[in-house]
Formats: sequence, C-alpha cells, structure tokens
Amino acid sequence: MSAADLSALRRPNDRLRRRRIVNRGMELLAWLAGAVAVAILAIVVWSVAKRGASELNFDLLTKAPVPFAIGNVKQGLANAFAGSLVIVGLATAMALPVGILVASYVNEFAPRPIRTGVGLTLDVLNGIPAIVVGIFVFGLLVVGHGQSGLAGSFSLAVLMLPLVARATIEVLALVPSSLREASLGLGVPRWRTTLGIVLPQAIGGILTGAVLAVARVAGETAPLLFTSSLVGNSISWSPSHALQSVPVAIFELSESPDPADHARAWAAALVLLVFILVASLSARWLATRNRRKLGRAVR
Amino acid sequence: MSVSSTIQPAVRVETKRQPLPPRERLEQVFDIQDLSAIYGSKPALKGVSMEVYKNLVTAVIGPSGCGKSTFIRCLNRMNDLVPGFHQTGTIRYHGQDVAGKDVDPVAVRRTIGMVFQRPNPFPKSIFDNVAWGLKVLGMKDNLHERVEKALTQAALFDEVKDRLKASGLSLSGGQQQRLCIARAIAVEPDVVLMDEPASALDPIATQAIEQLLHELKSEYSFVIVTHNMQQAARVADMTAFFSISRGEEGHRWGELIEYDATEKIFTAPSDKRTEDYVTGRFG
Amino acid sequence: MSTHDATANTARRPFSGRRVRLGDLLLQAVAGLAALGAVVLLGLVAYKLVEGSRLSVSTFGFGFLTRSVWDPVHNHFGAASFLFGTAVTSVGALLLATPLALGIALFLTELAPRWIRGPVTALVETLAAIPSVVIGLWGIIVLGPVLRDHVMPALHSALGFIPLFGRPTTGSSIFTAIIVLTIMILPIVSSVSRELFLGVPSELKEAALGLGTTRWEMVRGVVFPYARGGVAAAMILGLGRAVGEAIAVAQVIGAFDNGFGWNLFNPGDTLAAKIALDYQGATTNFEVSSLFYLALILLVFSLVVNILAQVIVRRVARRQGLAAR
Repeated sequence: MSAADLSALRRPNDRLRRRRIVNRGMELLAWLAGAVAVAILAIVVWSVAKRGASELNFDLLTKAPVPFAIGNVKQGLANAFAGSLVIVGLATAMALPVGILVASYVNEFAPRPIRTGVGLTLDVLNGIPAIVVGIFVFGLLVVGHGQSGLAGSFSLAVLMLPLVARATIEVLALVPSSLREASLGLGVPRWRTTLGIVLPQAIGGILTGAVLAVARVAGETAPLLFTSSLVGNSISWSPSHALQSVPVAIFELSESPDPADHARAWAAALVLLVFILVASLSARWLATRNRRKLGRAVR
Repeated sequence: MSVSSTIQPAVRVETKRQPLPPRERLEQVFDIQDLSAIYGSKPALKGVSMEVYKNLVTAVIGPSGCGKSTFIRCLNRMNDLVPGFHQTGTIRYHGQDVAGKDVDPVAVRRTIGMVFQRPNPFPKSIFDNVAWGLKVLGMKDNLHERVEKALTQAALFDEVKDRLKASGLSLSGGQQQRLCIARAIAVEPDVVLMDEPASALDPIATQAIEQLLHELKSEYSFVIVTHNMQQAARVADMTAFFSISRGEEGHRWGELIEYDATEKIFTAPSDKRTEDYVTGRFG
Repeated sequence: MSTHDATANTARRPFSGRRVRLGDLLLQAVAGLAALGAVVLLGLVAYKLVEGSRLSVSTFGFGFLTRSVWDPVHNHFGAASFLFGTAVTSVGALLLATPLALGIALFLTELAPRWIRGPVTALVETLAAIPSVVIGLWGIIVLGPVLRDHVMPALHSALGFIPLFGRPTTGSSIFTAIIVLTIMILPIVSSVSRELFLGVPSELKEAALGLGTTRWEMVRGVVFPYARGGVAAAMILGLGRAVGEAIAVAQVIGAFDNGFGWNLFNPGDTLAAKIALDYQGATTNFEVSSLFYLALILLVFSLVVNILAQVIVRRVARRQGLAAR
C-alpha cells in the first residue's frame, strides 16, 4: 500500500466530513419523525383525557339525555353506552362463530384454489371503507324496514368478519401438523380432530383476534349512521329499533355549536378511548402469552 | 443361493434369540402384494410384496429415500393425507384389503396404530393424553384402569403416577415418546407401526423404547422403520431391506430387496445389495 | 402366546364402516357454508350498491363524474367537486404522511436504541386504534382553531403567492382535513414500511457498511431500493384509507359550496364525507340514489386499491424469496 492511502485513513477529508454531516442530519430527521409520532399520540390522548375527565361523572354514564334542558342540568349519555354495549355485543356474537368457521374451512378442508379465493375475498372485504358498508347494510336491511340496532350490529359484524377470520387462519396455521397426525393416527375422525385438538390449541389466538376486532369496531361511526342513528333519548336495550351508540353520539355532539355538548363529547370520547386502549393492551398481552405457550408446544 | 456362506456384518446380531418357526406356521397379519406408491408424478415405491407376522417385531431398514416411511404409512392409510398420493396393489389385513375403496381409513387407524418419529403428545395433561383417545373412540368404561394399564405397559406409569395432571409437554423427550406409545396402545390396536421412534431420542431413552418392544410384542405386532441397523439387529425378529432403484429420467424409487429372519439378513443375506448394506459398504 | 385375540377383535371392528363420516360431512358443510357466505357477502355488497345507484346512474351516467352540482330541489347531481376534494385531501395527506412514515420506520428499524423500539412501535400502533370520530372531535375543537389562528396565517403570509395558500377563513377547511388524514394514515404506512425494512437481509446491509458507507448511505443505497416496491404498496394502502375516511373528514372539512377552489384553507368536501353528511338530509329518491352512486365510486376505488396493493405485495414477496435463494 502506498503512503498516500495510509495517510488518507488518518486524515478525515472534506468529503468524509460532508458525508458524516448528511448522515447526522438524516439521523436527526428520523429521530424527529419518531418524536412527532409520539407527540401526536400524546397530544390527542392528553386532550381527550384532560377535557373528558373534567366532564366525566356518574350521571353521564347512568342517566339518559333530557331534551330541551334549560340551565345547568347534568345531561347523561347512558342511552349511548347501553346501545353500544348491545350493538357491539350482538355484532361479536354474529361475527365470531362465522369467522371461526370460515377460517376452519380455509385451513382444514379447502383445496388450494378455494383457499386462495376465500382468502382474497376476506382481504377485499377488509378493504371496503366503513361508510360503504354502512350504505350497503342500509340498502339491505334498513330500506323498507327502518333502522334498528340489529342492522347496526350486522354492519359492524361485516367489518369484524375479515379481522376475526384472518386472525384465526393465522393461528390455525401455527398448530403443528404433528398434532393433527397424532390424533388421526389414533383413528379419531377428522371432525373430532378439528374440534377437539386443533381449535382448542388455537383458542388463545382466536380470542386475541376477537378482542382486537371488538376494539376496532367499538369506535366505528359511519356504518351506524345509516343503520342506527335516528334515536330518541330513552335508554333502551332492545335491538329491534334504532339504538344510540357512543361513536354516533360523539359525532352528533361534535357537530353541535353548544360548548356543553362538546364537553359531553369529550367525556364520551374518553370512555371510548379507555375501553379501546384496555382492549388493545389485553389483546397484546394475550398474544404474547400465546406465543409463549405455542412456543413450548412446538418443541 | 447365498452369495457367501456367512459374512461379516457391520452389526452384531443377538444370537441368543429363539429361532423362529418356519414361515408357513406363522400367523399372518399383513399380506402385501405388489404395492406401488406415487406422489404426484414421482414414484416412491414399486412392487413391494411381503408378509408381516403376528406378535413379531418386523423392522424395515434401508438407506435414506428408499421409501421406508412411505411404505409404513401405506399400512394405516396415513398417506391419504398427502395430496397427490396414489397407490396400487393390495394390503390384506386378515384377508381384507386395507386400501380398498369401501374401507374407512378411520376404522383402519383404530386397529393399526402409529407412533411417529418426533414425540407429539397433545397439549393436555399426561392423563388426558391417554384418556382423550379412549373417550372419543367410545372406550370410556374403566377409564382410569385403562389409562394406568397403558402407562404401565409403556413403562411410564411409575415415573408419572404422582403427576398425572401435569402437562404432557413437561416430560423429557424419551418420556414423551413413551407417552405417545401409551396413547397408541390404550385404544387396543392390533398392530403398532413405528416410524423411527427413537431417532429423536438419546441412547438411554432409546434403550427404554427397545425394551418395550420386547415386552409388548406378546400382545401387539410391531412394524418399525429404522435407519439404525444396530437397532434392527437388537429388536427385530424379521427384517425387510429396502433400497433405491434408479430408472430413466433420473427417477428413483424404493423396492423391497430382501425380507427374512433378522439373523439371516445380517449374517447370510441372499442378495448382494443386502450384503453391501449390512456390511457397511454403502448407505 | 397372545393375550388378546386379534381375530375376535377384527370380527368386532370390521374395516368397512361408513366410508364418509356424518360428523366430517356436517362440519365441512357448515364451515364451507360460512366460507361461501363470505364470498356471497362480497357479491351482495356490490349488488346492493349497483341496485341502489341504478336510478342515478341511468339518469346521469358518466356525466355524474364530470359535473359539479348537488341540487336536491331540481334533482341535478354531479360528483366532480367531491372527486376533486377527495383527490386533494388524499394526495395531500399522502404527501405529508409518506416521508414522516418512512422516517418513523427508519427510526424504528435502524436508528433507535433497542429498548425504545418496542414501546414506540406500540405507541404508533395505538395511534391507529384511536377511532376516527375522536380524532375528528379533536380536529374540530383543538386542531382547527390552532391552524386557523396560527398556522394558516403564517403559511399565507409566507407562501401566499401560491394559490394553495390563499386567505384563511375558518378552522374547518381542506387543510385541516389533510392534517387529520395524515395523522390517520401515518400508522398504516409506517407499520408496513417497518416490516419491509425489517425484511431487508442483513447480509446486504453489512456488505454496504463493510465498504465504509455511512448509515444513511447504506439506507439510501440498499434498504430503500430493496423495499421500494413494498413502500409503493404501503402508500397505496394509505391512499385507500384516506379516500375511504368519512367521519373525521366530515367533522373538519366544513360546509361547502360547489366549486373547484385551489385554496386549501377553504372548506371543502369529499366523496366519503358527503355521503356521511348528506345521509340524514336526503329525501328524494334521486338524492339517495346519487349517494349510492358516490358509494359505488368509493367501492370501485377501494377494490382497485386493494388489488393493486396485493399484486405489488405478491411481486415483492416473490422477489424476496428469490433473493433469499
């Protein structure tokens, strides 16, 4: 090696310095990006928490709204909370079994072309905007019959189905084939193997998928606008007519010019956010626990 | 007939074993005629014909890729699970063709059980691993006795009797495999097929499994695939040697070369290929 | 010799049982029915939208897409201004979100210290979990006034010569909607990009660094080209999300007069927001049918986006599979 080369190693030249500066700059930008993301989250959550907490009280959760209230009446949103519970609960009851069945068919029984076809269908369904689903269910169930909590549940179930099915397919694929072989080798028929060995092994992942799906649709507004939004003020638990729901209530309150309505919107948003965050966190915790359990099984 | 009167086998054959009665006097469990198997367009086995005898341990040996696993999985219709699999020939089990169109593979697998290469206990308790099959297959009476008997026969009961509720996955590899054996024999099969049952185990655990074969063959018939000639020499009464044949277009498939009493295979084989294999000259 | 009689057993359990088990048949049928149901559902969605929009489609045809009018009284409807609004807001959000998302993805895969990566990734995903109505609420009450009072006047005075940054009027504007949409699509673009960056084989990265390049040069030279196709898919997915977002946009984009203004600080309208806002007021069949027409456009667009993204993802996966060999 010539002397010139070695000296270049020892003395950082201008070009290297410039490159280092550019590198530094880019690193800073990336850090900035990360900080921005965290900051946005913090700002939004902080706004909801601060404004919502100040308005949150027991009455809000338990009393129905009083129309044309004058003066300092503590309005409630109990009808929205009740309605959301009913609608989301019904939606889960609809979507979960169907989703598990679809996933079982795709993973355990379907020949390859059908498997890809149904998988594609699920992905496309997943990509349909919520508002399109809303107007679809409107055309399907509301036209001619009127709005109902049931129609609202159905629209949410349509949104949940691809999520539950996809999650279940992934978990079922993780169940090692040696387990299926062991059961079949004993002479146990296919259906008992699926129901008795495969699905129970996958139940953790299925639950995680279900909780995530619930967290996702609990805050959906658009489909409910079309199916369950023309509501009165009374607290109702019957899905046969339109029920108020938390996201729709927030939407309507946010559009109103009255600051008291805004305050209530914040409070409802806080409850909704807390619910969703708790659900997401539990799903994540469930997922880690499952990965550990499956990891042990697949020795 | 013999290539050489006696040869120097690469393995030591236990000569203290009782000599087998002549084949005509042995009761047949399987009568396999001209069995051939194909995966899609690739041949795996061609023209296998042999008999498997009752209450004996029959070993299937041969180099990798000679179709030993495929062969054994034909016997209990496990190859049905592989898409593109196709077989011809007959496998008569006590007179009835196992591969027949009107035969239910689920019923076949109840009578002809299987233990796999890697231990695969269910993610259930030790007790439930054995009991689940019994419950599903309708043998619920005297459940506890049945489970205990199976675990005892598999030489596992003493080690686990205080922790039957513990997970089956908490056992060591050798114990797990014995659990799988207990699970298989609990449902009272007639034949137990074993696909390299000890290949994933350490020597001590392997010895325990081989000891089981000695003890259990009075009740069941065993067909065991093994790549370990020493093991075949230790445990098997009859040994079938498979090898790879090559054809046009680079196709390779497995064929049964020689099938005879273990002692004969290892000391005085009739076929040169068998001799080459057992003396360690190839494979 | 034998303690159990095999012959007796075989007599008890003959092989020729029911070749097809009832349980298997039942389970397969029910599960297959569910799978069929999913496919039927998709077809039903398309069918219902086509049916609902038939009146409007037959009356206005493709002219619907080029005319800008929404007159329930005289039954004249045209989606052009909404298409324009959707295009502006979505493209704007994509332009803002993509560099930010790539930066976040880079941060999380290359630059951040290991202990930060997990928590920040979780935080970004939590951003995705916030319902759009809550972000819209925040947008109206918190973001809107801030933009109106501080950001928009600043941009106007600095860049007012560009027609985009005209005179600010209200907090509810296209600009606000763009910011809100950026926040909403940020998580999906960044998480897909993050997965892509993680998939770059470390041998390639080490090869570049071994030559003596800086980290940024390695990223620019190896990571970005490798992930290029996938980032396109991520952007397309983000675009699809932005186009389909109805609620948050409806909340912050303000009341609107038809027209094609270029001023971002004016209120506007998008396809999705129009459907959400107009629904409760729609009275005539024509108007409802026109809303269905809008939804149909959205559906077609989301299908195209989906298929495009899938195609790209598949091609990228194949290429990565080949590269690994």
